[in-house]
Amino acid sequence: MFRNLAQLVRYRGLIQSLVARELKARYRGSVLGFFWSFINPLLLLLIYSFVFTVVLPNRPADLEPFALFMFCGILPWTWFSSSLLEASNVLISGGNLIKKVLFPAEVLPIVTVLANLVHFLLGLPILVGFLVYYQRPLSPLELACFPLVVLVQLILTLGLALIVSALTVHFRDIRDILSNLMTLWFFSTPIIYPMSMLPPRGRQVLNLNPFTHLAVSYQEILFYPGPFGHWKWLLATGLAATGLFLAGYFLFDRLRDSFAEEV
Amino acid sequence: MLAIEATDVTKIYRRYGRRHHFATLKSALLTGSLIRDLRAEERFAAVDNVSFSVRAGTTFGIVGRNGSGKSTMLKLVAGITKPTRGSVTVTGRISALIELGAGFHPEISGRENVFINGIMLGLSKREIMRRFDEIVEFAEVRDFIDAPVKTYSSGMYVRLGFAVAIHVDPDVLLVDEVLAVGDQSFTHKCLDKFAEFKRRGKTILLVTHSLELVERFCDEALWLDAGRIRATGDPRRVVGAYITDVAKSEERQLAADDAKARGEAVRAEESGASAEAPGEQPAEPPEVPPDMFKAGEGRWGSREAEITAVEIVGEDGVPGHVFHAGDRVSVRVRFAAREVVSDFVFGIGLFNAEGVCCYGTNTEIEGFEAERLEGEGEAVFTIEHLDLVDGTYKVDVAIHRRDGYPYDYHRLLHSFRVKSPAKDVGIYRPRHSWRFSPEAKLSVARKDPGESPD
Repeated sequence: MFRNLAQLVRYRGLIQSLVARELKARYRGSVLGFFWSFINPLLLLLIYSFVFTVVLPNRPADLEPFALFMFCGILPWTWFSSSLLEASNVLISGGNLIKKVLFPAEVLPIVTVLANLVHFLLGLPILVGFLVYYQRPLSPLELACFPLVVLVQLILTLGLALIVSALTVHFRDIRDILSNLMTLWFFSTPIIYPMSMLPPRGRQVLNLNPFTHLAVSYQEILFYPGPFGHWKWLLATGLAATGLFLAGYFLFDRLRDSFAEEV
Repeated sequence: MLAIEATDVTKIYRRYGRRHHFATLKSALLTGSLIRDLRAEERFAAVDNVSFSVRAGTTFGIVGRNGSGKSTMLKLVAGITKPTRGSVTVTGRISALIELGAGFHPEISGRENVFINGIMLGLSKREIMRRFDEIVEFAEVRDFIDAPVKTYSSGMYVRLGFAVAIHVDPDVLLVDEVLAVGDQSFTHKCLDKFAEFKRRGKTILLVTHSLELVERFCDEALWLDAGRIRATGDPRRVVGAYITDVAKSEERQLAADDAKARGEAVRAEESGASAEAPGEQPAEPPEVPPDMFKAGEGRWGSREAEITAVEIVGEDGVPGHVFHAGDRVSVRVRFAAREVVSDFVFGIGLFNAEGVCCYGTNTEIEGFEAERLEGEGEAVFTIEHLDLVDGTYKVDVAIHRRDGYPYDYHRLLHSFRVKSPAKDVGIYRPRHSWRFSPEAKLSVARKDPGESPD
């Protein structure tokens, strides 16, 4: 397993060009092309702002501007959920590669996660624009932690993507279950509501959700003034994510030989 | 030095059981069969205990029928699938021409696809850059290289895939029946490329149905049958043995088809007869097709004289269904006359698979005067020299009156196959030869593979 993991480094050129291909292919043929990476999150933000400021306007005062608060969570969530949804299909749609070419299968889910990471990064300028517009107080020390949060999320997403992609080959139902599961997960994460709104019992439950700590970390760094107090939780999540990644890779490696026959 | 060494390789695939199809994660978890379902219940060995080795610099061919495990073997050598038991060792860089252009993404340009495909096959960006022009030249897609590959014709697609794979400059090239694609000139180009590979001392493993290619190119051949090795060694010997075996199984197939056709004819006749007054012989046979040549297969007639058996026999006198062009072949018609018949004609017709009458004759046309037919006996029609091209032929056999009233007519109920090494076209092959004046210089490119040694 670790030998295979080390081999991944050799494939970085391949991963790099496949990510580039993925991005190029996605917007090929559309008029706005790469701008969709900016426009999509912007539109999403507009919809949520409309719903929560016009339709449902009751909120605690420390959450103003609410659109910005939500955006801090939705942007990384989009990366997370589209990665997993795409990963559930990636081995099956890439079946040709796995069956006919000597090809390291784990490259496919990894490419999916990385391509969505690029979309996430392209959405950041919108977020920065809002931060500047609302003149949010940002401390450089907190911002320095931002890449760390992204890294933890990357490891977590990769681990889950490996598990999901490998299992879907054997159980196609996962594709259908997953989209509902992701909706449930979305509402079980403090993204469109703050952690502080919950009773203590609810908070305990949500603390078991790894994405809670990612969302809260993003919010503390970008939205709330004051120190980044959630770093302990983030580190714990990072450790858990690393464990999950290794477990996911182990599972993927064990099922690897069955892919060529099952897809 | 060995380039490929396969030792006791067995690859077991799972046959999909009905249960497995409907297995879901939920049911698997509920019934606790998650692990059990991942184990196979019904297995079959696609490759069964196969060992062979290929010396570096030689060309090795694998032949065999569809489903004999050739492609699985190739995938095992390529490392795409792992053997269930045994081991495969390959020395040097491999490139597999299994599915060409498998990694192409339809939305992006040919140029980008060449790069990505090259990287997938193990080249570095710099190496591809160096070979890029050569690749595009070889694939003959210069004008379209910047268009997305979804706009390519299937030929262009495959050519580009082939070009990339072959320019990986492998030490070991695995080829799976890819020459079937592309036009003549591209096929020649590929063959030239293979020849060049050979000259440069590279190893080629070739899986193909083109036996001619195996005989021409390979230094050694392997014949797989149902996953097992049937023969290995000198390509001409292996191919010869393979051809003989294919002929035998075609023989069985044709015999089964004939039996089925005759069975159906009898059933059709019986149901037709029972519709008439039973027990009474109808004066005129019930369903004589107005135009015999256009009629489908079947059997009809009043049966005053009956054809009890038809055998097609070769030179050895043994009834068979597969013959070589040029053989001496006889159609042996056994008859039984229920009463003494004085007005009778034996007729024979040969038809090819498209239903074209290749030859037809009868005893009256050839000037025989019918006198009497009684009891059981046989009439033998002998073709001294079977001058037909490769293909399947059907035979009409009949006994009828001079005015055409049929006693027993077997329409297209008997068939045989003519095997010919030459792929000449048409129906009839006249016995012929070529002669050239000195200005036309020719040499014999290939010996007749039909005359393979045993």
